[in-house]
This record gives sequence, structure tokens and C-alpha cells, in this order.
Amino acid sequence: MRRDNKERVAFSRRALLIGTAQLGIFGAIAGKLYNLQVSQHGKYAMLAEQNSISERLVAPLRGLITDRFGVTLAGNQQHWRALFMQALTPQPEIVLENFYRLVPLSDDEKARIATELAHRPKYIPVLLKDYLEWADMAAIEVNTPDLPGVIVEAGASRDYPYGPGLAHAVGYVARPNEREAQAQTIFALPGMRIGRTGVEAAQDDALRGSPGFVQTETNVHGEIVRQVAEDMGIPGQTVALGIDAGLQALAVQRLGTDAGAAVVLDATTGEILAMASNPSFDPAVFDKGVPAELWNSFLADPKDPLQNKVIAGLFAPGSTFKPTVALAAMKCGALTADTILTCTGSFTLGDHVFWCDNHVAHGSISVDAALQVSCDVFFYQVALRVGIDRMAEMAHTMGLATDLGVDLPDAEPGFLPTLEWAKAKGIYWAEGSTVVQGIGQGYTQLTPLALATMMARLATGVAVGPHIARRIGGTLQDASAAGNWPTLEVDPAHLAVIRKALFDVVNTPQGTAYASRLTLPNVQMAGKTGTAQVHNNTAAEKQKGFNDLTMAWEDRPNALFVGFAPYDNPRYAVAVVIEHGNFGAQSAAPVARDLITYALINDPAGRDTPLNGPVAAAPSAT
Amino acid sequence: MNIEPIARQRPSRNRSFGVVRKLLSVNWLFVLCICLLFGVGYAALYSAGGGSVSPYANSQLVRFLGMLALMFAIAMVDIRVIAKASWPAYVLGLLLLLFVMKFGHTGLGAKRWITVGGVEIQPSELMKLFLTMALAAYFCRANYERVGQWLFLVVPAIVVLVPVGLILKEPNLGTAVITALIGSTVMLGAGVRWWKFAIIIVVIAVAAPLLYHHLHAYQQARIITFLNPGSDPLGAGYNIIQSKIALGSGGWTGQGYLHGTQNQLNFLPEKQTDFVFTIIAEEFGFLGSFAVLCLLFSIIGIALYESITCAHAYGRLVALGIATNFFLYCFVNLSMVMGLIPVGGVPLPLISYGGSALTAVMLGFGVLMSIHVHRDVEFSAGEF
Repeated sequence: MRRDNKERVAFSRRALLIGTAQLGIFGAIAGKLYNLQVSQHGKYAMLAEQNSISERLVAPLRGLITDRFGVTLAGNQQHWRALFMQALTPQPEIVLENFYRLVPLSDDEKARIATELAHRPKYIPVLLKDYLEWADMAAIEVNTPDLPGVIVEAGASRDYPYGPGLAHAVGYVARPNEREAQAQTIFALPGMRIGRTGVEAAQDDALRGSPGFVQTETNVHGEIVRQVAEDMGIPGQTVALGIDAGLQALAVQRLGTDAGAAVVLDATTGEILAMASNPSFDPAVFDKGVPAELWNSFLADPKDPLQNKVIAGLFAPGSTFKPTVALAAMKCGALTADTILTCTGSFTLGDHVFWCDNHVAHGSISVDAALQVSCDVFFYQVALRVGIDRMAEMAHTMGLATDLGVDLPDAEPGFLPTLEWAKAKGIYWAEGSTVVQGIGQGYTQLTPLALATMMARLATGVAVGPHIARRIGGTLQDASAAGNWPTLEVDPAHLAVIRKALFDVVNTPQGTAYASRLTLPNVQMAGKTGTAQVHNNTAAEKQKGFNDLTMAWEDRPNALFVGFAPYDNPRYAVAVVIEHGNFGAQSAAPVARDLITYALINDPAGRDTPLNGPVAAAPSAT
Repeated sequence: MNIEPIARQRPSRNRSFGVVRKLLSVNWLFVLCICLLFGVGYAALYSAGGGSVSPYANSQLVRFLGMLALMFAIAMVDIRVIAKASWPAYVLGLLLLLFVMKFGHTGLGAKRWITVGGVEIQPSELMKLFLTMALAAYFCRANYERVGQWLFLVVPAIVVLVPVGLILKEPNLGTAVITALIGSTVMLGAGVRWWKFAIIIVVIAVAAPLLYHHLHAYQQARIITFLNPGSDPLGAGYNIIQSKIALGSGGWTGQGYLHGTQNQLNFLPEKQTDFVFTIIAEEFGFLGSFAVLCLLFSIIGIALYESITCAHAYGRLVALGIATNFFLYCFVNLSMVMGLIPVGGVPLPLISYGGSALTAVMLGFGVLMSIHVHRDVEFSAGEF
């Protein structure tokens, strides 16, 4: 025991010695720290202030937006810009004066520069001028000694090869405003853009990337001697859309000068293959900052060029709503495939007379024939049997007037009336309102995207949701993978009855869209025309007929067509709305036929660029 | 026979002792110091993230809490059980080192760590603890006479040199030197004479120029840079210059939290890991960094106190090794940040971002806590 104690004392002595040595070393570290931090503070503070190796952050390259085959829809284009690093010069005011003498700027721009100089951290340069002209660059170059801290560098601006054709789907970018710049440092970087609409806005996080930096060595005059290190940061991810640029171009071409919208969906996944909205605008103007008069002209235009009518245009669906009414009726037992109702050309409820189109008496007809010839009287009666709430319920199931969760900003769900809504609004709900609901008139307001979704769900029996992003950074989005959507909660037998009726609409001589049947061998389209009044036409007006071209443009009905193809194995769903285009069969159906024909021939659904291979060209139309 | 109050009773001869009472007898001052240091680290990582809990601060917090739980769990294990596990642990450490050389992740040209269940493990870090335990197990039964014999020192010399050789091969010069130093310190504590170490140091001094030629190019570059930081201002020396500017611009009270220009400017590429101290020094100045030094040394001080007050030799030697390990971490990291020794990739324990050093340090602290709880137990003769 005593020996143990002796050893313990010896150990303690050594441990204490070791501890003392360690404490001594810590003391030395503290001393060195004092020397660096306190004694030499002046020297290092000055070095920190005028760190001869200065660093500035640079904006990352924004990610590309491509179509499903890798065709660039939004890219980056090089331009030259002048930046100012105020930390590089003791007298920024004088440098700015010199610069303004060489490159005149507007007072607004000078005010912006002054604000930014006051607010930006010193490692973030301030943009003096974007899109430098050759003459400006030469002037800056020659006068470098008078301009310490001024940097001319290549920057990227957003380029939209498809211009107005994809302006709504792809969207546009703009300079972040001062509030955004102060909230998030990355937005303060010159050349940084923020997506304002469309995919540019919806996928802004993925497209943005992370900033890089440039380290430069400067002399005492603030002139850059050499670039020391460069890290371009992490470019934004490429977002590949479901869009097929070829199909999109056709949609734009076929809409022509008509105001309206056209959308093609992959019926099995809900992917948006084409999305055109007319009239449109040039998205590139927003990158440079849109001039006030142009902006005001956009706002004043009654055809609303800035609105994406596919997702936000609200239209009465007209007869394209009838398939949904029929499904609702079949679900509640008010209608079967064999139910026969009589059309005498008009329908009287109380003291009000509801007319069939052109006052034609269709006689005794079933649901198949009623859809085929678009009999209104049949659906007046069906609507009364079903009631407004059950129609709305079925419509929601089919994707109408409900939030579809599309990955684009500013999407409108649309609207369908219900008794609850009428009660809340204090509207007396007359049965007559239910009657007109049966033919898609009245309060009902739907988007073309919802109508196309309705068609896709009807065609496939799958509750697909429309979406536009297919791959982000190469990763296939869940929504685009086949088989990821739930089965529609509608009796498949009912769907089959309606699909057959819609087949007859297009492929039988009596059908309203017979003129727009496909001319391809062994493949058929099914669909439904719609001609929707845009305001409460008087009975006299209605009697006059809609194809009266003496009617003012804005009073003419909207023309609609919804459809899917191939009939026996649906792959594509389409919706076309031509504003004030009169008959759906006349103006909307041919556009839909051409889009479906292109889609069937080129068959973009499910295919895209091979991931690791070179970017494949879009298949050419045959 | 005097009866102590229950709270002051400590596990002694009886192997099992209530977990609650064991928890009460943990050195809570030490736990407080650990938590305070981590708190400083959390604040620094928040600043390194540009004033955000992501990407660094919160993920480090999750790691720390997990390791804290592990530390308490180990503290509950009887030190005699840990002592019995010393040699198996040492062998496991060697196997891990071999494994990492074959299959480990590569970082900066060196194979250093493996991932087990989401926790990064750097076998060389664990080896420092296992080596300490193995040496303690070897020496705790030996009296001073035996320690004085040369032959008796052959086994411990091999026990130290095998892992050091493997770590050198990774290659990880810094950790290899630290491992050798820890081994030496434990042997010193066990009673090996000072002059024997002096001989080894002389041998190394002679062999160093020869060894230099066998070092990797980047290791040579680090040493060259250390000897003359101006020679390569944009390479490794750049870090030291920027780090010194960061420290120096701190002054007495610093530039203010989240306002350090050097740090917020990203002048330092790995500021959240090895250079995390510059964030504290720049933003809180000398007063802040001195306070952190004091906290760091309090950990060392408490560990040394544990080693002196422990009744059994095993605990004394292991505690000494753990104290030295922590000291060397701090010393190498702080010297590196101040440009006193070559950049070595050694983090500041409990403060730097990263999992492997934290895991190793907290495992060691768990053993240290067990030593504290079981400081009065007696090792029976045939125990191991």
C-alpha cells in the first residue's frame, strides 16, 4: 500500500508538471494572440481594410430551361457590363463623376447606384451599366487610370429563343428589386435575375445556383494588377419541361392572330406538352427592364397579353361541360346509357323557355346521341335531375374548378356554383340556373388547363394532375413518372359510355366535329365541341344565331374544343379555346386536330433526352 | 466506521451501483464546460453560415446531442469493464485503420474516414483513445522498477509505433505526430524516464531530413510554406495570411457578432472547420478569444485533476492521455490558425464543424466520466 502511495505521489508530480507545461503553452498561445489581436491590431486592421487580395462575389450562371428533348427554351447570352468596387478606391465619388462623363446615365440610374453604394457590403460590386456598347467599353478602357474600382466584365443575360411563343409557360426574369437585394445577399449581385412568372418563377430556386468569386490583386491606386483566383460558383440546375418545342411552335402557329389558348397534355401523366396563350409578348424585354410605356400598353390591352390564358383564363365551358354532367347523372342513377329523353327544340320551365341550339328538335335521343349532336334540351333535363351540387362534385373529381396544383404561379382554379355558395352570397337559386349549368353556361368559369385535365382523366380513368417540369437537374420528377397517379373515383363503365359518345362526336357524320376527324390511318380522336355565350344574349340574339358576323367581336361566343386520342389507347389530351371564335367545331376543333396529329406522329409522351448522352435533336415531323 | 451521506457514496468494491446515483455523481462542472464550449461553437457556426442555422450550426447541434447521450452512456459503464475492453479496442482500432486504407473515403488526397450509420468515423482519431487505453492497461500493473527496464518498454513501443506507422501511411502527418506524442505522455506518466524520450527526440532530429524525402509533395509543401509563408501567397500560405488578418483585425473587442469582414467575405475556404477560431477571434476580439482559451484549458485542467484524484493507475493514465489528446488538438489547431506551425487539418474540438473529431473527443470524455464516477474502485489481482 505504501509503495502504491509512493507511485501515486510520483504520478501526481509528473501529471502536475505536464499540466503546468500545457498551461504554459496555453499562456504562450494567449500571448501570441494578444500580440496579433491587440498589439498588431492597427497593421492587420489596415490589411483587412485594403486587403490587397480583394474578393468579389459573382452571380452564378442561371440554369437553362429546355424542352423535353433538350432544346433550349431559356438560355444565357453574353454581354458586357461595367461594375464598381468602391472598396478599391478612397474616393468613389470622383470615380463615379469620371464614369458619368464617359458613359452618360439617366438620373434614375444614378439614384439607384447611389442607393446601392450605400447599402451593399463592400465585397459586392455595384452595377454601373448593363449591355455596354462598344464605344462605352473603349472609353472606359482608355480612361482606366481615372476609374479605379471600375471593372468591365462579361455577364449573362437571359435569352428566349422561342420569344413570345413560350413567354407564358417559360415566363421571364427581371432584376431583383432593392427590397429583395437587401433581404438576400445573392440578389444584390450585379447580373442576378429573379424569375417573375412562369417556370422562371416557379423553379427559381433550382435555376438560381450559388455565387462564385473572383479574387484579384490590386495596387495602392485600386487598379487591378491581376486576377488571382476564380470560382464560377455553382450554375443553376437545368430544368427540362414536358414541353415539346415542335408541338408548341405548331400550337402558336395555329392560334395565329386569334386571341385564345391551346394546351396539350400527356393523358397518362398530366405532363404539359404544349401551352400556348394568345396574344403574347417578348419575354426578353423584362431582362433589361421593361419601358414604362410598353408596360402600360400591356395593361391597357383588352386581350391581356401578359395573362397565361391556359392556366388563368376563365371561360364558360359551354357544351364541353356536358360529359361531366352526364357522368354526374350516371353516378347518381338519374341517367343510364339507355335512358331516352325527348327534345322538341325547346324546354319550358315555369314561364321561361330554354332553346336548343338553332331550335332544332332532336326527337327522342339517348346520352350518346345527345353528346354527338350536342343537344341542349337533353342536358337541361338531365341537369334538373342531377342538381347543382352533384354536378359540382363530379366536376371537382374530373379536375374542374379545383386546385390542380400545377407548378406554375398565378394559376386560377376556376369556379363552379353550389347551393352553399349561392346561400353565402345571398343569391336566390332558381331552378333555371341549374338548367343553364347543364350546358356549361351561367356562373361556371373554367380554365383551358382544367378542361384538358378533365379530358385526360376521362380518357385514362386516372386522376392525373397537370404539371410542366419534367426533369430538374436531370432528375425525373415524380409526377412525370408513369403510374404515379391514383385511379379516378368514377365507375369505369360510365367513363366508357362517355368515351364512346365523344368518339361519335368526331367520327360519325352526324357528330359536331366530324369535319375535324383525324386523317391518320387506324387512329381516332374523341372530343367535344363547345360554343359558349360570353354574356347573357337575349332570346332574339340567340335566335339570330351565333355565326352572324355582323355581331361585334366581343359579343361573339367563345369557341372551344376538348379531346383525346388515340380513342382506344389514350395518350394525349387537348383543349383549345378561341376567344369569340364563334363555333367550337368551326375554329377550335381544327386546331386541336392538327395538334393531336402532330403529337401522334411524333409521339413525344414519355420520351426525352437520353440522360448521359449528347442532347438529341427533337424528332422531325414527317 | 463512519457513514457518508448517500450522495457522497461512490462505487467502490461493489461492481453494480444504481444508475441514478451514478448519474448524480457525474462531474457536472465538466459537463457544463463541454456545453459552454459547444455553445461558442454553435454561435461561430451560425456566423460561418452567414447568420443562418444552416448549413452548419444545426446539423452540428444534432451530432453534439447524440454524442452527449453516448458520453453519459459510457460514463455509466464500470471502469473495470472498460479496462478489460482496452486491448480488444486497440485491435479493433488497428483493423479500422487497415480497413480505411482499403475502403475509406478520400479527402484531400488521403484516405481517412469511413461512415458508420451516418456518423463519420476517422479511425486515426479513435486510435488515439484506444492506444491510451491499451498503454494504461499495460502499465497499470507495473511498478517503477519494471518500468525502468528497457526490455519492458519494447511492447509499448511497438504498441505506439504500429498505429503511428499506419496513420503516416494514410497519409496524415499531423495525426501521426499527435498519436506519438499522446503515447509518449502516457508512458511518461507511467514512470518512464525523461531522458529516454530525450534520446528518441535526438534520433528523430537526425532522421528528419531523411524522412522529409519520403513525405508526400503536399506535406513537403506545407513544411516549406511554414518555413516561409511569403513564398506561396496564393497557395497554402494564403490561408495563414488571411487567418492572421482575421485575428489581427479583431482588436480588443472584435468587429461585432456576424460582422467580421474576413469571415463574412469568405476569404477563408474552410472557415467552418479548421479555421473556426478566426471567426470567434475576429468577431469577439481578444477578450472573446481569451475567454475561449480559458474554457478550453478548463477542460484540460479538469481532466488532469481527474487523473490525479483517481485511486487506480488505469484511470490515472487514461485520464492523462485524454487530457493530453485534448490539449494537443487545441495546441495544433490554435498554432496553425496563428501561423506558428504548418497547416495540419486538425479541428478545434467541440467548436469546429465536423463529426469525426467530435465523436472521438466525446467518446474519450465518456471514458473520463466513467473514471470520475468509478474513481475509488479497486482492481482485483486477477482482473485482467
